[in-house]
Amino acid sequence: MLTTVVEKLKSQFPQSILAVKEFRGETTIHLKKEQIVDVCKFLRNDVDCQFNYCSDICGADAYTPENRFEVIYNLYSIPLKQRIRLKVTIDESDMHCPSVTSVWPGAEWPERETYDMFGIIFDGNKDLRRMYMPEEFEYYPLRKDFPLMGIPDSIPLPRK
Amino acid sequence: MGLEHAFGDTAITTTIDSAINWCRKNSVWPMPLGISCCGIEMMAFAMPRFDVARFGAEVFRFSPRQSDLLLVAGTTTYKMATVVRKIYDQMPDPKWVIAMGACTSSGGMYRTYSVVQGIDQFLPVDIYVAGCPPRPDNLLHALMMLQEKIQRGESRSTPMTVAAEKMEQQRLLQIQGVNY
Repeated sequence: MLTTVVEKLKSQFPQSILAVKEFRGETTIHLKKEQIVDVCKFLRNDVDCQFNYCSDICGADAYTPENRFEVIYNLYSIPLKQRIRLKVTIDESDMHCPSVTSVWPGAEWPERETYDMFGIIFDGNKDLRRMYMPEEFEYYPLRKDFPLMGIPDSIPLPRK
Repeated sequence: MGLEHAFGDTAITTTIDSAINWCRKNSVWPMPLGISCCGIEMMAFAMPRFDVARFGAEVFRFSPRQSDLLLVAGTTTYKMATVVRKIYDQMPDPKWVIAMGACTSSGGMYRTYSVVQGIDQFLPVDIYVAGCPPRPDNLLHALMMLQEKIQRGESRSTPMTVAAEKMEQQRLLQIQGVNY
């Protein structure tokens, strides 16, 4: 458990932390999505945190009526050799999430990927285009209601 | 024939088609399209251990304009399908296509939204090669089968005449005992 990091976060952002969980030595912090940029900035700049590497950002679809989507941030501190995971829930009625590209410029592509697969819109990401799927594709393949074999004729094939 | 009788052992006669096809089959120039792991086996097939040069197909052209065999070696996604088709369209006639491996022939283990379930959905395929990935021997066998096909003057790139289609069906029937 990253006691110092968690204590510092709790004293700095008492309102925004919803839960702190630990599983097999991995610390996960659930946050309010409005504060994600401030928390990330703090985690990067603080002497005891120094999470200077955003190793991945991904999404998850719980397929529940409320708080259907999650955005998950996996952070790593190269100087202190520690890892932390942040989670933010997104409701289907409001698919927006603040972008952390102002904190780690390298977050641009993982956010694009999450947008491509789940349709979560990252406000502040300057290049939020499709990543794997064609530009004109209308669906989000990793959502639970997307059929595994895809939607027939949604991606055109060349004529035979 | 009368001519052969007149020339004796010094000359043989044949049809011009048969002579040209004999030339073509012994100098197939492949356009390698190694788009995933099958590409590694395709490289082995060109290297000295398996040595495709024995069959006259060692000139791998990385330009579709100079090749007559499209060797699709790997998983073809919907995004890539357009590219594969464009490369095929750039190749001069006559041309042939080998679908190498399970993914290329049928989608293979990628039974999912992003992978074309067999390139024959948008390309006329001449030979399918089984395996995941196929051994280079298997690909050599495919090339030998293709050579037989070229010698017969067949290519899927030009539409078959009704008579040729019928002959092909009868031939398949003889080989496999399956009624189509």
